[in-house]
Amino acid sequence: METFYEVLRRQGITRRSFVKFCSLTATSLGLGSYFTPQIARALETKPRTPVLWMHGLECTCCSESFIRSAHPLAKDVVLSMLSLDYDDTLMASAGHQAQAILDEITTKYKGNYILAVEGNPPLNEDGMYCITGGKPFVEELKRVAKDAKAIIAWGSCASWGCVQAAKPNPTRAVPINKVITDKPIIKVPGCPPIAEVMTAVVTYMLTFDRLPELDRQGRPKMFYGQRIHDKCYRRPHFDAGQFVESWDDEGARKGYCLYKVGCKGPTTYNACSTVRWNDGVSFPIQSGHGCIGCSEDGFWDKGSFYDRVTGIKQFGIEANADKIGGTVAGVTAAAVAVHAGVTALKRAKVDHGTGIPKDGSAK
Amino acid sequence: MLQNSLAADPNRDLKSIYVYAAPVRIWHWVMTAAMIVLVTTGLLIAYPPPAVGGEASEHFLFGYIRFAHFTAGYVLAISWLVRVYWAIVGNDYTRQLFLVPVWSRAWWSEFGNDLKTYAFLPSAKPLRYAGHNPMAQLAMFFMATLGSFFMIITGFAMYSEGAGRGSWQDKLFGWVIPLFGQSQDVHTWHHLCMWLIVMFTIVHLYMVVRQEITTKESILSTMIGGYRSFKD
Ligand code: HEM
Ligand code: HEM
Ligand code: SF4
Ligand code: SF4
Repeated sequence: METFYEVLRRQGITRRSFVKFCSLTATSLGLGSYFTPQIARALETKPRTPVLWMHGLECTCCSESFIRSAHPLAKDVVLSMLSLDYDDTLMASAGHQAQAILDEITTKYKGNYILAVEGNPPLNEDGMYCITGGKPFVEELKRVAKDAKAIIAWGSCASWGCVQAAKPNPTRAVPINKVITDKPIIKVPGCPPIAEVMTAVVTYMLTFDRLPELDRQGRPKMFYGQRIHDKCYRRPHFDAGQFVESWDDEGARKGYCLYKVGCKGPTTYNACSTVRWNDGVSFPIQSGHGCIGCSEDGFWDKGSFYDRVTGIKQFGIEANADKIGGTVAGVTAAAVAVHAGVTALKRAKVDHGTGIPKDGSAK
Repeated sequence: MLQNSLAADPNRDLKSIYVYAAPVRIWHWVMTAAMIVLVTTGLLIAYPPPAVGGEASEHFLFGYIRFAHFTAGYVLAISWLVRVYWAIVGNDYTRQLFLVPVWSRAWWSEFGNDLKTYAFLPSAKPLRYAGHNPMAQLAMFFMATLGSFFMIITGFAMYSEGAGRGSWQDKLFGWVIPLFGQSQDVHTWHHLCMWLIVMFTIVHLYMVVRQEITTKESILSTMIGGYRSFKD
């Protein structure tokens, strides 16, 4: 069985590039230079772990993001050349040939391969809304997941459900943890997730042979440990109380905080404000638009992207906390006023000297 | 104390009864002050004031608004902790906010009587209470007690997001966020429950004023001096 390093050399990667790659990986994982030799050693000695990448109901934005990784070595080496054994949108083979690879890996590397899932399975009509290789995707997914070592949920689809699971969810699409319940699942949400985050997560798992540390919701802490808001460069404007009020105002030109125009940075866990996008060029807030919370559970169903106080779907109608609460408080105040009026009327009918009602009835 | 009304206990001196010991009275007014700050700053957090000009480094307006909210939040939480402690060591009345005797038939029949009283039905009996009448007790339990607890739990859950993973707020309250779905949902419910408390306060103030004017039992002075007195 070949090691990662042997495969790399066979692919014509120089030792120098290899070491560069190791230090790059260490940095993107926030591990420090101490770990560079450790990563190198692991790659030199460990047999490679195959990765299977399956696609359910999805838009392929995760793959699109991934292949634009700023560090070509990371994606090419780790996945395309070395470990990505099956990916129906990226691989050369198709049809029965591709299916054969899937079968081969799952039997030959039983219990020893990583399954990465992009998209999710729809459950309605016995899963007929998504067919791969002639079978409902949900069945294929369960079969391949059964003997996987670990599972990666790419993007918000696999992690939370995303757009296809948005209300009313006609196909009953569900996140993969609803159908795979007996395996560790690493959630890498985002629509799509950041390429560097994706490569770093895979590299971590391949080199250290264990899962990265996860938070309560199963996301790697190193990339999802903080909110966009915690590291946003517009944060000083937030604390100062300088907000964009509308898209063409002075505040927008000056780069004020986008909180009042609905920025979801304060409620969104992702690495955009630190890692950024497209080779670290920019990220939505830097280009003047609020975060839409794409890496959060059910972000399609949380009302407008441009509202600070968002709607409450549970109440059926388009309403937010203030419309509901304000109405209830208003009705209460009106009821109190009526009750006070009746109380006053009743009292007017009572003789205050004796406490006996003027009409002679009981109190 | 299954039955709330004083009718059940004819031997008691009906001139005045010590109901609220000092810690309860202090708690009530501290909590009221905290609530006023919390509702005001909470609404400002949801709808920030118009942008201030100049350099960001010259201002900390929104920072102070949030700071005031969080400080009042701490005050509210600590005052409730004291109140819960006092319910354990204090007199019978102190437990009314936490234990509603829904298993007691007498309690329910008095509850029914309360409904009739407030609906101005002539069949209602004029009962007297040293503590709360069952209707008030139920409203206080659900809206003031549980409402406050809900605000404290969701408030500290959101606070933990700023305090960071591993902080004590995160360890104690971090689980709340996935329970609601995500952080934005916690904001929404925290905001919505504010209105429950506002609603309670409107009715509460009305009831206090009403009782002050229409009955012969003391009320406002009870929460100030501690004694419930009967003017007849
Ligand atoms: C009755 C008591 C309280 C009321 C009426 C209240 C009200 C509010 C309101 C209206 C908001 C804005 C929510 C939104 O639309 O995003 C808010 C936010 C918040 N509250 Fe409270 N709150 C109360 C208690 C607390 C407590 C006890 C804490 C704990 C420290 C707390 C911490 C917070 C935090 C951290 C936020 C979010 C601030 C931000 O995102 O910048 N609140 N509160
Ligand atoms: C200026 C505003 C307020 C006034 C004048 C006021 C007045 C009073 C009075 C006179 C009592 C005694 C009732 C009795 O003896 O039966 C009382 C009790 C109480 N109030 Fe308030 N109150 C105010 C605001 C609030 C607020 C904002 C809350 C919380 C949401 C609140 C919650 C309570 C509770 C829970 C009790 C029962 C205390 C106990 O049983 O220990 N009050 N209030
Ligand atoms: S722009 Fe958004 S993320 Fe940045 S400080 Fe403002 S609210 Fe927070
Ligand atoms: S800034 Fe927000 S909406 Fe935009 S990509 Fe990042 S997490 Fe998604």
